[in-house]
Amino acid sequence: MDLQPTDDQAALVEMITAFAADRFSIETVRSFGEQGGFDRSRWAELAALGTFGISVPEEQGGVGLHFIDAVLVHEALGASLVPGPLVAATLASGVIDGVIDGTVVPCIINVGSEGPLLVENFRSSDVLLIIDDQGVGLARCDDATGVDIGHPTDPTTPVTILDSLPKTERIGDSDLARAWRRRGSLLASAQLAGNSAGSTKLAVEYAKEREQFGRPIGSFQGLKHLLADSWIRTEMARSSVWAAGVTIDEPEVGSIDRAIAGARLTSARAATENAKTCVQVHGGMGFTWEVDAHLFLKRAWVLETQFGSIDDAAEDVADLYATR
Amino acid sequence: MHLRDSESDAIFRSEVREWLRGAVASMPTPPSPDDWPGRRSYDAKWQRMLFDAGYAGINWPAEHGGRGATPTEHLIFLEESAAAKAPDVGVGFVGQMHAGPTIIAEGTDAQKSHHLRGILTGDHVWCQGFSEPGSGSDLASLRTRAFRDGDDYVVSGQKIWTSHAVAADYCEMLVRTDPNELKHKGISWLIMPMDLPGIDVRPLVTVHGSTEFAELFLDEVRVPVANLVGDENDGWRVANVTLSFERGTGFVGELLDTTNVFQELIQYSKASSRNGKTIWDDDSIRREVGIIGADLDALWAFTKRNVSQGARGGMVMGSGSGFKVAFATTQHRLGDLALRVLDRASLSMDDLGGEPTGELVHSKLHAFAISLGGGTTQIQQNIIAERVLGLPRER
Repeated sequence: MDLQPTDDQAALVEMITAFAADRFSIETVRSFGEQGGFDRSRWAELAALGTFGISVPEEQGGVGLHFIDAVLVHEALGASLVPGPLVAATLASGVIDGVIDGTVVPCIINVGSEGPLLVENFRSSDVLLIIDDQGVGLARCDDATGVDIGHPTDPTTPVTILDSLPKTERIGDSDLARAWRRRGSLLASAQLAGNSAGSTKLAVEYAKEREQFGRPIGSFQGLKHLLADSWIRTEMARSSVWAAGVTIDEPEVGSIDRAIAGARLTSARAATENAKTCVQVHGGMGFTWEVDAHLFLKRAWVLETQFGSIDDAAEDVADLYATR
Repeated sequence: MHLRDSESDAIFRSEVREWLRGAVASMPTPPSPDDWPGRRSYDAKWQRMLFDAGYAGINWPAEHGGRGATPTEHLIFLEESAAAKAPDVGVGFVGQMHAGPTIIAEGTDAQKSHHLRGILTGDHVWCQGFSEPGSGSDLASLRTRAFRDGDDYVVSGQKIWTSHAVAADYCEMLVRTDPNELKHKGISWLIMPMDLPGIDVRPLVTVHGSTEFAELFLDEVRVPVANLVGDENDGWRVANVTLSFERGTGFVGELLDTTNVFQELIQYSKASSRNGKTIWDDDSIRREVGIIGADLDALWAFTKRNVSQGARGGMVMGSGSGFKVAFATTQHRLGDLALRVLDRASLSMDDLGGEPTGELVHSKLHAFAISLGGGTTQIQQNIIAERVLGLPRER
């Protein structure tokens, strides 16, 4: 048992974090959300790091590490709000040619719940992956029609509403669908965990600088306790996300489904609550479009719906505890 | 990262499991909670069995009679002990977890040879005299005085939250040896035998009716200077040396107990009906169970992270505080759910109808022990804010 990152894993996280700081500044993140703002060359740079193929075997062009390593990478990406179809690209790498090096951009829709056919990052993608209970299907985005949402809730996650599901080529059976739902859920949870750390960092920096009543607002216990709670929620989220990642690699250690549903609950709570705290700590400025606090909150809202709702996750954990 | 046991850990686990199976079966029925002589002898019997089998002081260094096990082995031992329903550390808590490690780090050779073995065999029981009525969160303001008089310190004052004082042979005491120094300076760490004249022990009953705590009234108790551990006026540092022994296993027993209570609540919800359906059929109850279950799993993973870090030589700053706050929050949430599920059955702290209803009420009240004991949630939040996040001090 060793549930702390190895030196190699810490170095991997550091590399992704440094790359994101350099090549995905918050200005770049914001620009990705604009009409036609998806920058394919920047996306290819991200892919060239091995980002999407971390856990893909080397003979398939990947880095050949474990799924936990992909989880750590997504946590780092989430902390910097790196935009684009990160989860879809990671799932499809090694399965669909060109995804791993960023030349083919995939988006994904998980069919199962009622409601409109909303797809994130559709307009910037080449292929659409459709997951349902029977399996995984592949379509060209050009073969689907839809209307772009004028005001996506997260300004850095463009959303399109499809008119209907296009005809697909079946690329995987129900086993692949189940595996992708599990892995997709956990990668989104990993980004949520990272998101929660990113908003906490932003809030703490502001609390140290901003002065009221003649001293930094971070010296007041009212804020200290809010921010300490944010840090704790992040550590809880990282703990369950990491444990779930290792459980995918070592299935004998516990229930994968319980670990993944639990990771969603702790990471979604951490991301949404910490981002709310971040807005609150920024005071009136936190209520402005200009300050980045809302970007964390809105991204968290997007991620927490991916591959299953919070209530579904809660019921999954309960049922898996009750039947163990 | 891994969660599976290494080859050597797997061997250790199976050895421990095998030994526990026989040892636990040989233990008599536990005494009632308020029977302190009975509890002391029961706990001592179990401790002696651990000692004879080489499991006493599992995390103590081998040169001081411990097993010198790794933090991971320690966690395995605790997991297996819980699975086997083995007795917990009981009245040995202060000696094994705090006083013993402090003496190992700071004691004289005479103190080591006199005290360590007795703690490991279960013959010596310790209590802790740190908190005072006027010094809780602000522990360093403590005022129990110790005057030097010849070869003795003459100790007068009052201590509170002294666990197992009724059953104890020795007390690890923090006293003020220099009244002119404020706060952390001027404090000393003393070994106080509990049979000295001038010690009055008055039981302190907790909100759930348990009697493990006491108040100590000290009236000119003469403690030999030879019982000073570390230097005079250096007691604050001495009291904190055990922090460096912390390897993330401190709350494992409590977490196992909480997980068991959680399972009992699930079973009770499935077996009990309200308005024509089982309580478990209520989506809102089940979702709350799911959230608490996820938190418990996260707390286990958090523990394993801390133990993993401990195995690399030391905890990350704030990780103990963060775990404790999260654990207390989960305990309270579980307790709130328990009362909601129990509804009118919560009027009884005794079990009803063969179900663990009273135990569930107890678990809610016990949550305060986690959010208050060993530094309140709010003090832990201050520690995290200032030492981890680097926020400025209030004053």
